[in-house]
Amino acid sequence: MKFAVVIFPGSNCDHDAYYALKHNLGFEVTFLWHKDTTIPNDIDCIILPGGFSYGDYLRAGAIARFSPIMREVISFAKRGGLVLGICNGFQILTESQLLPGALLKNYSLKFVCKDVFLKVINNNSPFTSFMKVGDVLRIPIAHFEGNYYADEYIIKQLEDNEQIVFQYCDEFGKVTEDANPNGSLKNIAAIVNKNRNVLGMMPHPERYCDPILGGTDGKLVFMSIVNFLNKI
Amino acid sequence: MPKYLAKVKVMLKKGILDVQGKTVENSLRTLGFDTISNIRIGKYITFEIEAESLEKANYVANTATDKLLYNPNIETYSYEVDEILEEK
Repeated sequence: MKFAVVIFPGSNCDHDAYYALKHNLGFEVTFLWHKDTTIPNDIDCIILPGGFSYGDYLRAGAIARFSPIMREVISFAKRGGLVLGICNGFQILTESQLLPGALLKNYSLKFVCKDVFLKVINNNSPFTSFMKVGDVLRIPIAHFEGNYYADEYIIKQLEDNEQIVFQYCDEFGKVTEDANPNGSLKNIAAIVNKNRNVLGMMPHPERYCDPILGGTDGKLVFMSIVNFLNKI
Repeated sequence: MPKYLAKVKVMLKKGILDVQGKTVENSLRTLGFDTISNIRIGKYITFEIEAESLEKANYVANTATDKLLYNPNIETYSYEVDEILEEK
């Protein structure tokens, strides 16, 4: 079982993800470069990390979507490979149309960097297989464009297909307007595609994998992936 | 080969809250411009195209915009293409 973390020009959470996977969780992990045109056969899960790929020019994720590695990531995902997009990685996934919708500027027009609480809405995904529905996780966010938007039709599909994975909530697990840090529709913090092998989330699980950093709830996301892979 | 100038305007779709526009609008209202409303902020992108004809230049402008310059989930666009006439 092996993870790969993609490095785009301007990625800045690539090493955090690598460190968390390798040193906090003890999993095998390697880097992939944005110019790579192949993905090694032994990779089970690809992580698109946070950061500001290509300076967020034009739109966050818009240019990264056309980098050579993304052609491979898209076909990896279409073959059923697991892809986890964190923050800027989520933006790249929506730009790539691997996930529906888009991420707009935060409602407050401020860069928001703080811990948030996430409610597990469903655990029928490789990324939440180690969690219980209703569990509340504390994981940090750090973004300017995390305001999830999709038209009514897409939102209905997300609900009908149980594709909403995490919602922003208060510490007691109540999904309220006050707990929504960026204006996302339905307090959406993470969604999964229909085939359930591609997940995008604005919060940063890799930042909360080490008690010295203030929390370890992020581990549950990566442990879920490994739990899922161990079962197949 | 003739050269053309493409001017592409990208705007957030109607109905999507433009928080940046709203903030600028509030600021202008504070400055006394109380007749101003519905500010929307978009992008204006220009580029030059070498093409055999206006029709071909239009095609390039359209496909380039479709492929990268706008996001159909949240934006709409319009564009104009004009020949660049060399000064003689």
